Amino acid sequence: MTDLDTAEPDPQANPNSFSIDGRRIAFIPGQSILQAALNAGVFIPHLCYHPALQPHGSCKLCTVVVNGRNASACTLRAMPGLEVESDSPAVNERRRVLLQMLFVEGNHFCPGCEKSGNCELQALAYQLEMVSPHFRHAFPQRTVDASHPDVWLDLNRCILCAQCVRASRDLDGKQVFSLAGRGEQATLLVNSPSGKLGDSTLSIDDAAAHVCPVGAILPKRVGYARPIGQRQFDVQTIDQQTAYWQHKSIPIVPLAKQDPES
Amino acid sequence: MSCGYLGQPTVVNNVETLCKTTEIALHGGEQYFAMGTRQSTGTKILSVAGDCERPGVYEYEFGVRIAQVLEDCGARQAKAVQVSGAAGLCLSEREFGRRIAFEDVPTAGAFMVFSAERNMFEVARNFAHFFRHESCGFCTPCRVGTRLQSDIMDKIAARRATHYELNELIRLQGVMKSCSHCGLGQTAGNAVVETLQKFRPTYESYLAQTDFLPAFDLEQSLQAANEVCAHHPVQAGVDDD
Repeated sequence: MTDLDTAEPDPQANPNSFSIDGRRIAFIPGQSILQAALNAGVFIPHLCYHPALQPHGSCKLCTVVVNGRNASACTLRAMPGLEVESDSPAVNERRRVLLQMLFVEGNHFCPGCEKSGNCELQALAYQLEMVSPHFRHAFPQRTVDASHPDVWLDLNRCILCAQCVRASRDLDGKQVFSLAGRGEQATLLVNSPSGKLGDSTLSIDDAAAHVCPVGAILPKRVGYARPIGQRQFDVQTIDQQTAYWQHKSIPIVPLAKQDPES
Repeated sequence: MSCGYLGQPTVVNNVETLCKTTEIALHGGEQYFAMGTRQSTGTKILSVAGDCERPGVYEYEFGVRIAQVLEDCGARQAKAVQVSGAAGLCLSEREFGRRIAFEDVPTAGAFMVFSAERNMFEVARNFAHFFRHESCGFCTPCRVGTRLQSDIMDKIAARRATHYELNELIRLQGVMKSCSHCGLGQTAGNAVVETLQKFRPTYESYLAQTDFLPAFDLEQSLQAANEVCAHHPVQAGVDDD
């Protein structure tokens, strides 16, 4: 995790500030608009950003209007005096459309997904009041890779955020994942001789095995250990969870490692 | 390409720029500055193609009217011009008095002429397929937006669309334009929305006379199942509900 992700700006020593929806946000030079906002307790919806990773800027959920121009909050540096529009009906309407695009592009069936309640895509759909997928479903034919002893890879749920790609490369030093293909053929690839996860160097202890914001990469043998209704975003909507934004990890313990008494 | 020469900012000039800088070097800046308009000095090379007698490469001073170019290339019955390629502006007949210049109709050089018998909806549908194919897939709005856009254009072509889809095209373009990562996605809806605004009757001639139709044909979709079950297709009709 970089210092900029958690550094608390001191308003006395640091006169740098900008505004989001009229609210003053102090920042440390070098921080992105999104980093500064999250540190100040202001939520800007996002899917491909993770505090421990370099920004990617591909999901576009964090698109805000900065001094009248559109920009990704995760890649634009905070500058003194910027005026940012984020939580407005027009900007949130665009975000709803982007979420709907992601939902119809893949195969997202929340009720049967182990990630339900811990899923950021689902959490944002609730937070932004996305009541239907709206567009025609693409129903793509995608594969489930169960070859790894400890990790599922279900490409039906992949939103191409590249968090696993970055985590494997930058945190685990392995390069297990990669994005390949263009346009609608864009897909997540596994770097192994067979292309199967089981043949890769991925370990259950890798950051890449846990960083997925949706249910595409999941630890095996979790078996709904925590019931739906009691999960991360069931308890409180994602925009309220300031502590979660800082680390973005939801402890998921496979059944085998759980205390049988509990 | 992710960085310039020796990791430094690098200008990659094209042939047009190299020719112009040579001219300026030979004849001086004054002479070049005297050509064109106040905001767009000098000349512009246009690559004229499409429904005209003399397609080819033309050089004009900035400020030239569309009608002048059409006359010179022998486009007698033009109904539309797509300026600056698939991502550019689509000008209809009533706009042929406009000028090629940064302050009016900016262009990278492409100049596509469409004659009276062309179907501008089909032109735009072709552009929609082009952008769907060209999207690199990096960002959500372009990767999914270009695909939804071309699907809607196909639905219109299949005469299964209503006014609802026309509004959807405009809404989609708004999101692609404001949220896409690069110029391709930001402009991928331009041709569709421009032709929709300027040639709306053509689009409307395809529309089904109802409020909404699903994208699929129910009886056709159930055909295989009907054959297996030896059902008569009429039993699957929506009217039975």
